[in-house]
Amino acid sequence: MFENLILLIGITLMYSTPLVFGGLAGVISERSGVTNIGIEGMMVIGAVAGASASYFSGNPWIGFLAAGACGALIALLHAVASVSFAADQTISGVAINMLAPGLALFACRRFFDGAAMSPIAPKLPKILGEKGLAGTAYSSLNVNVTTVLALLFTVAMWFVLYKTKWGLRVRAVGEHPAAADTLGIDVYKVRYVCVLLSGMFAGFGGASMTIAIISQFTQTAISGHGFIAMAAVIFGKWTPFGAYGACLLFGFTQALVVMLGGGDFVIPSQILSMLPYAMTIIVLILFVGRSVAPKADGVPYVKGSR
Amino acid sequence: MFDAKMTRRTFATTMGVGALAALAGCGGGASEDAGNDTVKVEMVTDVGGVNDQSFNQLAWAGMQQLADDNGWDVSYIESKQNSDYATNLDKAVDDGSDLVWGVGFMMGEAVNNAADQNPDVRFAIIDSTNDTGAENLTGVLFNAQEPSFVVGYIAGRMSESGKVGFIGGEPSETIQQFEFGYYGGIEYANKEQGKSVAYQGQYAESFTDAAKGKSIAQKMIKDGCDVLFHAAGGSGVGMLEACNEAGVWSIGVDSDQAALFPDYTTIISSALKKVDEAVVNVSNGIIDGSIAGGENIVLGAAEDAVGIAPTHDKLPDDIYEAALEIFEKIKSGEIVVPDTKETLDEFVASL
Repeated sequence: MFENLILLIGITLMYSTPLVFGGLAGVISERSGVTNIGIEGMMVIGAVAGASASYFSGNPWIGFLAAGACGALIALLHAVASVSFAADQTISGVAINMLAPGLALFACRRFFDGAAMSPIAPKLPKILGEKGLAGTAYSSLNVNVTTVLALLFTVAMWFVLYKTKWGLRVRAVGEHPAAADTLGIDVYKVRYVCVLLSGMFAGFGGASMTIAIISQFTQTAISGHGFIAMAAVIFGKWTPFGAYGACLLFGFTQALVVMLGGGDFVIPSQILSMLPYAMTIIVLILFVGRSVAPKADGVPYVKGSR
Repeated sequence: MFDAKMTRRTFATTMGVGALAALAGCGGGASEDAGNDTVKVEMVTDVGGVNDQSFNQLAWAGMQQLADDNGWDVSYIESKQNSDYATNLDKAVDDGSDLVWGVGFMMGEAVNNAADQNPDVRFAIIDSTNDTGAENLTGVLFNAQEPSFVVGYIAGRMSESGKVGFIGGEPSETIQQFEFGYYGGIEYANKEQGKSVAYQGQYAESFTDAAKGKSIAQKMIKDGCDVLFHAAGGSGVGMLEACNEAGVWSIGVDSDQAALFPDYTTIISSALKKVDEAVVNVSNGIIDGSIAGGENIVLGAAEDAVGIAPTHDKLPDDIYEAALEIFEKIKSGEIVVPDTKETLDEFVASL
């Protein structure tokens, strides 16, 4: 029983990590008033960049950083379209989601002799080393270092958004860009930075799948994580801790499904696999209450317009 | 009035030209066949693409062998998304192919439709069935339970803890073939060796969720399983990873995964579907007329269309030899491998 509980926690943390990065990507972008539907696509880019850079450099940390950089690079497209050109943000996000899987596959084939998946790449370490706690009941608590990074980034984002001048500016730009502009805040610059950061976090999320949970890029490595992360942003009321909690809840229900499936209990796996979604809806209805988006979220800012 | 007449005449002319063009098209096709009797075979991949390191790649390897052995003109078209299947099949028909292959169960419906619309072209599909009875379509299926039985036997022999596991993708008849074949193999090894290795199975409800595959594997390892087998596609990647981390034996599926992932040091064997050989044999059969079409062909051990991976450096020699003997027994019909819950129960009772 105790061992099961430990494993439940371990799986929850592992499962939620890429989602947390995706959630942070959503929070930072939307807080500045730019809807980011393209998290999924940015995560796919991060996934392929992370595994490839890790494989070629032999250093998974270079892979992790490359994933963040490439995520930011693809986010630049979103920023140019939706901030500079005031294009419909939903459409440019969707475009990124359509572009990214093809681009990732193309890159993978260029790098690895036409193969649709990368070879096994060096993985990021676990917090207690590769064999830490191995063979004990606590082995699943030896989580990936990305799990800890996700939590640290969450705390950092909360601090920046709520305790610093720059964070106040970001929130002001997300609520009322015209007012912020009047006070001398460069709305475009703030939004650019936030969208690029968003791409970086999404890229980290992709890498936390392909060089931590597994150790290669596959076409299916990122399948729907970005969309669950988007839901987590709304669920978490556009706050870093809220999104973190929502991702953790989703990871927990998945872990529950794993623990309840098979073995002694015989619950049809189809019923079980509904659990994460059903539970999310129930929690949303009962406990979360009204979730209000930043006022200017999704509205392109055009200087001088009223 | 004048306008209407003109229109009618224009219409008639157009019709006439159209009919002529159609006739010319037929004639052209026929003379081309007569003048150039190189057989043209084209395959359409599913979204995995031709280098998917799985069945699409194997199918293409089979096609290349046809080109080498028979001098046939072979080519492939890759599908980027599910909605490409119909278009790509049409394209393969337009290329003047004698035989068009669809690869993968995801293409089943599209190939059935294409066969219906192009009665002059012969079609074949891997891992799916001819649902309409169309005379120009051959479905090719594999007895996945047979290699699964052999790897189940290996798992039963290799297990020291007395527990082994299976992770499936989404439950379906095809995936259950793997499950029950594997289960049967374990029971066979138990009987032969006087062991009592227990089976544990769980479905990830997804072919793409690597984290879930890894989670289930971690749970099975915690429960004491020391050999795991999967038929779960992308979710199975997570299982291989979990086994590698924990130093627990794993068994791959479809292609020789130990050869594919040399960095994973715990893959002891893989249950193979020899899609390449199936493509060669069935293509030859269809072109020379020995396979009539309109049916589904089920290939298994008897046809050498399934098997276990040649890579066996982590397996003790005696177990590998014994596994090959089991395969021969399946081939000769001495062992009839279960593929459903009912046949499994009967099989276990008969041991």
